[in-house]
Amino acid sequence: MSWDWQVFCQDTITQEVGQSCFGKNGDITYLDWMLSAWGWTVSVSLLSLLIALILGAIIGTLRTLPDRPWIVRLGNAWVELFRNIPLLVQVFVWYHVIPAIFPALKRVDGFVLVVFAIGLFTSARIAEQVRSGIQALPRGQRYAGMAVGFTTFQTYRYVLLPMAFRIIIPPLTSETMNVFKNSSVAFAVSVAELTMFAMQAQEETARGVEVYLAVTALYVFSAFVVNRIMTFIEKRSRVPGLIAASGGGH
Amino acid sequence: MMLSLDWSFFSWDLFSNYVWKGLKYSLLLTLIATVGGVFFGTLLALMRLSGKKWLDLPATIYVNGMRSIPLVMVILWFFLLMPMIIGKPIGAETSAIITFVAFEAAYFSEIMRAGIQSIPRGQVFAGQAMGMTYSQNMRLVVLPQAFRNMLPVLLTQTIILFQDTSLVYAIGAYDMLKGFDIAGKNFGRPVESYLAAAITYFVLCYALSWFVKRLHKKIAIIR
Repeated sequence: MSWDWQVFCQDTITQEVGQSCFGKNGDITYLDWMLSAWGWTVSVSLLSLLIALILGAIIGTLRTLPDRPWIVRLGNAWVELFRNIPLLVQVFVWYHVIPAIFPALKRVDGFVLVVFAIGLFTSARIAEQVRSGIQALPRGQRYAGMAVGFTTFQTYRYVLLPMAFRIIIPPLTSETMNVFKNSSVAFAVSVAELTMFAMQAQEETARGVEVYLAVTALYVFSAFVVNRIMTFIEKRSRVPGLIAASGGGH
Repeated sequence: MMLSLDWSFFSWDLFSNYVWKGLKYSLLLTLIATVGGVFFGTLLALMRLSGKKWLDLPATIYVNGMRSIPLVMVILWFFLLMPMIIGKPIGAETSAIITFVAFEAAYFSEIMRAGIQSIPRGQVFAGQAMGMTYSQNMRLVVLPQAFRNMLPVLLTQTIILFQDTSLVYAIGAYDMLKGFDIAGKNFGRPVESYLAAAITYFVLCYALSWFVKRLHKKIAIIR
């Protein structure tokens, strides 16, 4: 089998190999297309992650509230709902079912719907981590907050959450890397991200191995960068005096 | 403004004509990938724990490599490469089975590695003191206990695996989601069909995870 890396310098319409590998005058090469697809992958991932972190933190916290059994049950139901349906099926539900039920959403872009699908799916997993992070704290921490006269809100705000978030950074790291991998399901509703690019470029150029190698390398590179950033955050936010202080990135 | 859903097209006939074939394939894929994945995953875990660099290194590269690529990409890779290696097209369904065994081996190997490492050292010494060889020790003392300790985690991974089988959509294999997909398109009722798919997956996975939770409690008491 022979390599043909020139495929990335080809124009996407004329299939001719250009001089610079970047298109001119509005023409685009496969390299241009792939970099734009990478941009979509990163956008989908980061926006989903933002939604997932906010919702996951809120729901995970609600699930640990004392003396509020119904709020806890509601939070548990949220987690079970989003955890027990495959992500791809959730993407289809967001794309086909929800706009049909709420016609106001009909004009919303597929990109936005996919971001919500991945965001809510991931929020359930982060809620689970936040909950176990809070529950892993010694009971004395909650009592300490009560003893100095904090309200429940203040106890969470100043004592429990700052500790919990710092100890759950390792599982959050894997979850962040998962979001980048999961963004690949957006291909199913025609968002022009990396997997979509890989499938279409493979079809058009018949150079699947080169295309898939390049796309895979971009996924691995993205995961590596996320891992480095999270390890940096973990080091900076380490709680002094815990055994975990000497642990690695994941 | 709520749209009224029309479920009248949804009948037993439709289920048996479209969905059942897909559900059977999804379950078969899950079963083969679990059994194959646990088998090869255990081998990979043993390689990583062997203390021999020439065994450890390739296994580590394989496991970390698989874990850093999206499953959809792995599915596409195998679908592309398998015909090249074997020399003839093998079809989406067979390709997906091979892909899932190879992919899940990487995930199961991490579970089995944790399971083996959870066995107290004394157990290994006891085996050695009885004159057992390395393979006897692994087979008769360490692995059965590691397997039992990790059973809830293995089953949880199997539920995730069952959900992940829906990703064979990328190569057009006929799984349960595909069954609902085609039924929805043929009857012009994609909304109800996708909703039915979501409900079916939810019921199956929720029932399984409830079972795993009970099993977990049972095993926790034994230990």
